[in-house]
Amino acid sequence: MSIGWYLAVSAIIFGIGTAGVLTRRNPLVILLCLELMLNAGNLALVAFSRMYGNEAGQIFALIVMVVAACEVTVGLGLLVAISRRKLPIDVDKLRELNG
Amino acid sequence: MSTTTWAWLVLLLPLLGSAVIALGFKIYPRAAGAIGTGAIALSFVCAIITLISLLGHPGDHRELTSTLWNYAVSDGVDAKLQILVDPVSVFMALVVTGVSSTIHLYSIAYMRSDRGYARFFAYMNFFVLSMLTLVLGGNFIILIIGWGFVGAASYLLISFWYRRTTATRAGVKAFVINTVGDVGMILGTILILRQTHTVGFLATFQVLPHVFSHNSPDLVAACILLLVGAFAKSAQMPLHTWLADAMEGPTPVSALIHAATMVTAGVYLIVRLHPLFELAPAAAWVGIVVGCATLLIAGTIALVVTDIKRVIAYSTMSQIGYMIMGASAGAYSAALFHLMAHAFFKALLFMAAGSIIGAMAGEQSLDKMHGFKRALPFTFACFVIGGLALSGIVPFSGWLSKDQILGYMLNRGGAYAVFAVLGYIGALLTGMYTFRLIFRAFTGKPCEEAVELEHGQIAHAEVPTNPGTGEVEDNEIGFPGPEHVIAEREWTMKLSMGLLAFAAIVAGFLQVPGVDHEVSGFLNTSFAGSPRIAAGTEPSVGSEWIELIIGTVVGLIGIATVYVIYVRRRGISAVLQRRLAAIHGLLVNKWYFDELISALVVQPALALGRLVDVVLERGAVQGAITGGANDAVRAGSAAVRRAQTGLLRNYAGLFILGVVCVGLYFLISAA
Amino acid sequence: MSQVLFFIAAIGALVAAGAVVLLRNAFYSVLALVAHLVCLAVLFLLLRAEFVAAAQVVIYAGAVMVLYVFVVAYIGDTDEVTAGSGVLRILGPLFALALTVELLIALLGSGLSGITGKGAAYRTGFGTPAHIGRLFLVNYLFPFEVASLLLLVAAVGAVVLARRRRGTLDLSPEMEAFATELRPEFTGTTAEGVGIRRVYRQLEAANARVKRISESGGVDEPDDAEQPAPTGVTAGTATPPDVAADTHDAEEER
Repeated sequence: MSIGWYLAVSAIIFGIGTAGVLTRRNPLVILLCLELMLNAGNLALVAFSRMYGNEAGQIFALIVMVVAACEVTVGLGLLVAISRRKLPIDVDKLRELNG
Repeated sequence: MSTTTWAWLVLLLPLLGSAVIALGFKIYPRAAGAIGTGAIALSFVCAIITLISLLGHPGDHRELTSTLWNYAVSDGVDAKLQILVDPVSVFMALVVTGVSSTIHLYSIAYMRSDRGYARFFAYMNFFVLSMLTLVLGGNFIILIIGWGFVGAASYLLISFWYRRTTATRAGVKAFVINTVGDVGMILGTILILRQTHTVGFLATFQVLPHVFSHNSPDLVAACILLLVGAFAKSAQMPLHTWLADAMEGPTPVSALIHAATMVTAGVYLIVRLHPLFELAPAAAWVGIVVGCATLLIAGTIALVVTDIKRVIAYSTMSQIGYMIMGASAGAYSAALFHLMAHAFFKALLFMAAGSIIGAMAGEQSLDKMHGFKRALPFTFACFVIGGLALSGIVPFSGWLSKDQILGYMLNRGGAYAVFAVLGYIGALLTGMYTFRLIFRAFTGKPCEEAVELEHGQIAHAEVPTNPGTGEVEDNEIGFPGPEHVIAEREWTMKLSMGLLAFAAIVAGFLQVPGVDHEVSGFLNTSFAGSPRIAAGTEPSVGSEWIELIIGTVVGLIGIATVYVIYVRRRGISAVLQRRLAAIHGLLVNKWYFDELISALVVQPALALGRLVDVVLERGAVQGAITGGANDAVRAGSAAVRRAQTGLLRNYAGLFILGVVCVGLYFLISAA
Repeated sequence: MSQVLFFIAAIGALVAAGAVVLLRNAFYSVLALVAHLVCLAVLFLLLRAEFVAAAQVVIYAGAVMVLYVFVVAYIGDTDEVTAGSGVLRILGPLFALALTVELLIALLGSGLSGITGKGAAYRTGFGTPAHIGRLFLVNYLFPFEVASLLLLVAAVGAVVLARRRRGTLDLSPEMEAFATELRPEFTGTTAEGVGIRRVYRQLEAANARVKRISESGGVDEPDDAEQPAPTGVTAGTATPPDVAADTHDAEEER
């Protein structure tokens, strides 16, 4: 398959991830959808790396994976702390940082 | 040294006195009295030397000017620091410095226990300096400068006891009314300056006939505006309401400023600028009418007022009315002669009033003081001398001077004669109110304070109070001192009053009709160019004597009337008060001038101020401009703040929207 | 053959992505994401990125997703939350659709020369661990080190965030007494600096006054030696050691 197909898949996965971030209320699921978006980016990177024959794209993808792992770690730590305080696990209810 | 140098010294000495007192008020405060009196006395000596030196010049060369430096001399303006030494200014300088030195001497004892002793003498010296600037000034600029300074000195001295609200209010009232006069002065000067293009007096008089025609509207307007200034300073109707309240100041201040010198500035103005008034007789008529109205109205008010100082104040107003009437009618030297005589006996009267007020421990009401004849013999004598002089009884100075004005006017005939007759009625009133004061205060059963004094003790108020309102005060700075002095016990007061009493008796003899004419002879050289004098309108000796006799008779009738009312049959005044209750009410309320001015001027001004405050200040500035800008920013930021909902998904949504828009932009720009 | 595999993997990835978004139960969403990650690994393999595919499966699906599973287990099954509310329910998918369309246009309509092709010529060892490893340690050493630093930071952060704060809730009684007693004056504790002594004094005064009122039968005589009653503090029968409990309870209810 031509590279274009992979890029199309990547775009669609990105869009699905965005829709999930914007519509779900459980912070955990929002983080999952964020993972989706990151993976879509990874796919695009690897596709381009194949297109140009340059492995820098794959390196980039690995680093993105590292970053995703860190972000998930911290995010889930936050979630655990929130749940330990018996606060509702609902993004619409955690809204004290408002102006 | 030349004449003008001595004249500059006359000006310099009070300035030095004031500066020396002011700079050393912490180091040598008790020396302030001696320094002040010495400075003015020296200034008087210099004035005498100036006189002698001036007499050394031939008759028609007695108008000397001297310029110290130029402020702004160019095309159309010649503002210089310039004095004009001529008979009129030297005469005025002599009167001012002479009377001032006696009053300073009096104040050394009178203000002895006051905490503001040094401040008092610094202010008094400053006042003398300003008055001398006014009379010695050689151009309109210096005249106006002196005019302003005199107003300021008057304010400082009226509100000398500054912790008394009545005093500060009186000071403000005087200053505001004087400012109205200042505005008139300046506008009048501008109107004249516009045409003559010079501010110097002599130059103006020379240019005058070429620039203005007889009764030209510009000149009449300018003269009336100058008269407004004169009326404000000399307390003539309708700008007279400040003088009665100005009695809140210490008695020496009343003697100096509000009897002898400052209030005579208006008279001096008319006399100095007589060519203008002669060329604009319409304005001169304004002066005559106002002067006559004032002398009658003030005389009637003085008949019912019970505060001793206010009686004398209204008397001053009335006598100045004579002078203004006379000066406007053309009797220049007579007006100035009366000014001099008036300065002597009025200052004497005020000094004596200060003595009796001291005996009463600060109380000033005639209702409370009676029977002091035995307790205060010297003060009684001074009162009698001053009173007789004021009423115009032979052979005192007031007789000769006042009736010369009236004689002149009778002689001029026509409408002037009518005013002269009104002036004689005023003389009747003068005799009445003056001796009402003397009989009430000195005859009859001695009051408590008088009895105490006869036993050798001055009355002492337990708690110092404001004599007018009865408010309790203390004796610290800003209020009168604790000690009360009477003339019988202070040699400085006796000396100064004695000098003035002597002058009140003999000063008249300088100008006895038919015998000598020292004053008019000296002064008339200044009026050489005047058609008044040149046309020989001086009355003949015979008619003058007739008028003098009429004057004495009228005065005696007034005194006799009051003698009957207050000494012989003591119930009559109460009966009269009841019968003529309406008139009495009018007079006691001072012809409702205060209320009229309040309704016409003060309340509208306050209403305008309130309107501006509400509309402009609160509405426009605070509301629209500062508040409006404030509210606009607040509303804007409140609107923007609504994007900060705290909802995570809202933020994410906005974020994605932003990305979409940016992507769209790039897509379109790449296409 | 590769095309068939591509379609299977692609459709699997898309369906799994949709399942992540649409499934109600968080645990099922996590499982769907795992499936998605495996499909993506297949796609990576098709693109000759062997190492990346392996890393994806081992690290992503193996470690990160396991972490997710643990957290879902800890948090527990939260209540059924209705996804979306109000405007964003419509606008969310709309924005996502707009974004997708833009991306498609950008990627496919950009006229890149290589898109229609199948990629550059294959070099031996493209995507192998050897090549990737050499690149990491030679060309991209700095990002490599920074990434490890980032991992360290994240690990520390996770420990700090999820740490259990020990309050006085489950201390032994003598420990609790020791923790709540007032330190001696002027030793510089933060509580003292904040003004806790003054508060204790005011509380004592208020308590004494209340006791006096209740003992004298409701008659209130103000005592001059007293401090004025502090505002905002309930003058109950609270004694100083109870202040800590009061504030802690207030915190719990929040």
